[in-house]
Amino acid sequence: MLSIRNLKKYYPTPEGARSLVVDVPEFRLAAGEQRALRGESGTGKTTFLHLIAGILAADSGTIEIDGVDIVALPESQRDRIRAGNIGVIFQAFNLLQGYTVLENVLLGMSFGPDGPSPVRARRLLGRVGLAHRLDHFPRQLSTGQQQRVAVARALANGPRLVLADEPTGNLDRRNAGEALTLIADACREAKAALLLVSHDERILGQFGTVRDFSEINQAAC
Amino acid sequence: MTIPLILYRSLRQHALPSLVAIASIALASGLLMTVWAVKEEAQDSFVNTTTTFDAVLGARGSKLQLVLNSIFHLEASPGNLPESDYLMIKHHPAVKTAIPIAVGDNYYGWRIVGTIDELFSGVEITPGRHFTVERGGRLFSADRKEAVLGSFAARRTGLKVGDTFHPFHGLSFDPRQQHADLYTVTGILEPTNTPADRVIWIPLEGLQTMSGHDPRLAHDVSAVLIQLRAPSAGFMLDLMYNRQGNRLTFAYPVGAIIADFFSKIDWFDRVLALVAYLVAVVAAASVLAGIYASMSARQRDLAILRALGARRRTVFGAVLGEAACIGALGACLGYFVYAGLFTAVAAVIRAQTGVVLALGAWHPVLWAGPAAMILLCSLGGIVPALKAYRLPVAETLAPTS
Repeated sequence: MLSIRNLKKYYPTPEGARSLVVDVPEFRLAAGEQRALRGESGTGKTTFLHLIAGILAADSGTIEIDGVDIVALPESQRDRIRAGNIGVIFQAFNLLQGYTVLENVLLGMSFGPDGPSPVRARRLLGRVGLAHRLDHFPRQLSTGQQQRVAVARALANGPRLVLADEPTGNLDRRNAGEALTLIADACREAKAALLLVSHDERILGQFGTVRDFSEINQAAC
Repeated sequence: MTIPLILYRSLRQHALPSLVAIASIALASGLLMTVWAVKEEAQDSFVNTTTTFDAVLGARGSKLQLVLNSIFHLEASPGNLPESDYLMIKHHPAVKTAIPIAVGDNYYGWRIVGTIDELFSGVEITPGRHFTVERGGRLFSADRKEAVLGSFAARRTGLKVGDTFHPFHGLSFDPRQQHADLYTVTGILEPTNTPADRVIWIPLEGLQTMSGHDPRLAHDVSAVLIQLRAPSAGFMLDLMYNRQGNRLTFAYPVGAIIADFFSKIDWFDRVLALVAYLVAVVAAASVLAGIYASMSARQRDLAILRALGARRRTVFGAVLGEAACIGALGACLGYFVYAGLFTAVAAVIRAQTGVVLALGAWHPVLWAGPAAMILLCSLGGIVPALKAYRLPVAETLAPTS
């Protein structure tokens, strides 16, 4: 469902030159597949995920999601595809602090094709064990609970692909293990493919298929 | 649900700057409406007050002073005119009614006006409505030292039917100028919402012959209030008194003289309006500054919304909507500010002139003012909305790995 070819992304340097950050000749992810990418900080993993999510525009190459090349699309259509097909779990969770747990998930649905559904949002939050925290604000939750809200929000629109960027980076070992299990299970139940990047070997050890990001990204070599 | 939820949460998250902006918008909107409404309503009310009489005849001098003195009971009288002039105009075939008045005394600053009872029985304050005395009272008798009080004067002086009082000489209160005459209150007039409410009315002859007044002027009057049989007669009398004669002034038409007065003080209205405009612009600028200053705090939220799939135009609309929302809330509260300010100004004008301004009167500014404030606030929101529109999502969502 995800097919990437000759993907390149440059960043401008302070000297005015261009620095190649992502150079991925080929990458594929099948529907429902779960894969982890290992890589140190600063190797372009987040940029890679942002390119797939359409948050960043690629300089060249193709990113096909279910046959649609999002690189060729204008930003507004990339936004629409992201809202309807891709869920993103951030390292810092990126929950909206001024909104309740339920509202965070409802907002995750708001930009998708079906719009917000309080029933579905409650069901998702129940799935991640937060049915009793719907009206709490993120600051009132533990770090592990915040992570679970982020997982529920990422799955809010029934995405075909979930991108997880260091999703356990802010969790202790026990919570990290539980979170990873939750993410993997929830994606499996939702029939969503999962692409996870991390540099945490403890977490990657629990993952079935792990590849070094440097093998994929020629720019990191 | 999305935009309203974002607006609601954003306003709550930035409650203090939002409240300050809303308050300043309310003040600006209320001020804007008050300035315009008071101006329009005052002009209408002053002109309407003069509709009872078509013209005023008085001593040679300013027409405006003559009208203010004889109808609004303000200012000093420009002088007296002999009884013969009163009788002449009274019997002029073009004149329907001629009511003489005499001024020159007061009771603790409340003006005492001498007149004839025809003012109360024969003159309509508004079409179909005459002066009426409250239950338990009656009009004065022309040959007795009796007084009828306007409703406002009665309330402020505390005089009641049956009370007696000594008038004081002059239009301003001076305790050394007390007359020996003792007047008895025989009635209180029902409120008319005109300057007549602020007056203590006594018989014309009573004021003319008050102890201490010059006996040689005992038959003079201060002015004659006139109703004409036809408007064309006014121009004929204007020619006769103002162009061909040089002793008297014929103030006609009274409404036009008051309107002319308002046009002369139009600069004052413009200054007030300018102040209101400036307040409005400053208030809109405060919305801009408030939202713009909080943009750094809300950038991350906007970036998260974008990452969730919100389009640029959605976050642009959310920020712009917040500015418009602040404007709308301020404009709504502005009606309360308007009601408060208008009531206060109207109370002062009523106390000073007797003219009543109606709060409920409709003026276009009552919708145009708040609408303009919402528009101004929306314009003030464009700059931060553009900043939100151009927000670099990936950079704002750092850290990166």
